[in-house]
Amino acid sequence: MGLPQPKTDALDARLHALSLPNDAGCLKAARGDAVTRLRATGLPGRRDEYWKYTKPDTLTSPEVVPAALLENPETPVFGDVDRLRIVFVDGVFDADASDDLTLAGVTVERLADVAARDIHWAKDLYGVLETRGQTPVSRPLAALNTAYATDGVVIHVTAHAAKPIALQYLHRSETSDVHLHHLIKVDSGANVTVLEDGPAAARFNKVMEVDVADGGIFHHVRAQGRDHERRAVTHIFARLGEASVFKTFTLTVNGVLTRNDCIVELTGDNAVVHIAGACVGDGDFHHDDTVFVTHDAVGCESRQVFKKVLRNGATGVFQGKILVKQGAQKTDGYQISQALLLDDDSQFLAKPELEIYADDVACSHGSTTGAIDEEGLFYLRSRGVPAAEATDLMTLAFLAEAIQEIEDPTLAEDILERLQAWMARRGRT
Amino acid sequence: MLEIKNLHVKLEEEDKVILKGIDLTVEAGTVHAIMGPNGSGKSTLSYVLSGRDGYEVTDGSATLDGVDILDMDPEDRAAAGLFLAFQYPVEIPGVGNMTFLRTAVNAQRKARGEEELSAADFLKVVREKAKALEIDAAMLKRPVNVGFSGGEKKRNEILQMAMLEPKMCILDETDSGLDVDAMKLVADGVNALRSEGRGFLVITHYQRLLDHIKPDVVHILSDGRIIKTGGPDLALEVENNGYAGLKAEVA
Repeated sequence: MGLPQPKTDALDARLHALSLPNDAGCLKAARGDAVTRLRATGLPGRRDEYWKYTKPDTLTSPEVVPAALLENPETPVFGDVDRLRIVFVDGVFDADASDDLTLAGVTVERLADVAARDIHWAKDLYGVLETRGQTPVSRPLAALNTAYATDGVVIHVTAHAAKPIALQYLHRSETSDVHLHHLIKVDSGANVTVLEDGPAAARFNKVMEVDVADGGIFHHVRAQGRDHERRAVTHIFARLGEASVFKTFTLTVNGVLTRNDCIVELTGDNAVVHIAGACVGDGDFHHDDTVFVTHDAVGCESRQVFKKVLRNGATGVFQGKILVKQGAQKTDGYQISQALLLDDDSQFLAKPELEIYADDVACSHGSTTGAIDEEGLFYLRSRGVPAAEATDLMTLAFLAEAIQEIEDPTLAEDILERLQAWMARRGRT
Repeated sequence: MLEIKNLHVKLEEEDKVILKGIDLTVEAGTVHAIMGPNGSGKSTLSYVLSGRDGYEVTDGSATLDGVDILDMDPEDRAAAGLFLAFQYPVEIPGVGNMTFLRTAVNAQRKARGEEELSAADFLKVVREKAKALEIDAAMLKRPVNVGFSGGEKKRNEILQMAMLEPKMCILDETDSGLDVDAMKLVADGVNALRSEGRGFLVITHYQRLLDHIKPDVVHILSDGRIIKTGGPDLALEVENNGYAGLKAEVA
């Protein structure tokens, strides 16, 4: 069974513009397998079920659409957090700007280095969770990443990580087209917080595979940078062992196109996954959160909380699925996606899905789209708060539920400050 | 202070006239009460004065210290010194009560060209005023009115009034949903704010609130008009004879 000719042509054109790393080393087989997976599916097209609401063209085209750099460079988020800093400039590791890659409780290496040496666990993980995440829904851009990623970080968490590991992605070239692939293995009982910040590139394709063993804890907070013209497609693939915890939060401010996929498999009993996101978009902004949580163990909890604030024709998409497999009894699944439309031009497209094969589960989902609460607005104004400021307050209030998903108050405060700055900038224009 | 002349108001959405020529002057230092049956236009009057959408003034005027307020945005009316204690205070999930109070106080100060209060100064004042109204620290931290009991919401209104120190206070059925103890607490809060420079317009359905907040003048509103004005005794008359008796008497 071959692909239709146009799909093959499109894929050939795309692959032609890329080259497999010469020193693929121990990852060579995995990269080859990824190309094979890609050959089977082709690149995503408009007719694909999960690309109906988001045009993949500019993510799949051989040529990258140039993205202007932000004129006033933004202050990095998490600047006040004591962290291990790892800096990539348009996808290229910057040793000078990065901290020494040593941290108690953790081994941190670069993917480029790992390939040359034969690190068993990394070889055994690279592309593995991505492959598992290809069924039942194919994710070709993740396979493309596994095949062609030029670098990334490989983090092995063996105990309590002494401080958060912060990946900072700087964008300095208007035509950068970047593939980064991170591997994170959290051992039994170990814990780590990973932070990500920055636009990374004109076009950024990132995959993060996270394997959390029994009792492990993984926290993730990211801010995707506020370059207006950047494009990004990111995938998180996670597998959770017994009583492990995985919490991720993403803030997206600006960006002409963002597609964030998060695919989580709960394989051990009593595991917990929380996936949250807040995005604010003004004008030429398209933001897509696509989530797939599979409950394959007893007594697990999953929670998806997504909030989007859209204005001036911005578009928000949410495709969230909870799959409860047979035998995954006592599942507690929750999903909420909400959009606040600040005008009539913006839109929110939501597709919540529940698929349940166990009979003793609690799963709930909800999705709302609405304008700002006029009653609340009047109440604030009647107390002397000007309309614009009152709208900002109400907007922050709307986003609060998602931000509350961030456990660490310092990190939550950083995210909040970033949002407030966005509103202040809007206020001036 | 507040001068309302021949005020006619209809609903914007439908052709329904609610207020049919209200004349009312509240002098500084006085408390006026407006009583009236359901549907007489009491709440409409409070909303029109505070600038809520959905009402159209077809005739007449309302001025605060001689300045026309009807064309002002709600926030400008507030900055000019007008305050409405809502009959149904609005819940605003996600906005902390303290943040809300500080934002409001400083927005008004800014609008009046005054310096903003520092966080420390603000905290000191708010704690002191909250204590008098038996509002604890937890209530100040919670989102505005979310999960508050009826009494807590009304006390929170009075706290806002105390913090904002308006010239002209309108209380819209502040007694509704309050038990006797809560009503006394709210009334004490209001009475503490009574001063020479401040006017009050207390809108209520029942006389009992006026036992605690003693009015100087009582007006009876019926079908969009003030049908009778008198002293505190008028409230008792309503309590004894009902509005029906009064209407018959006026007619």
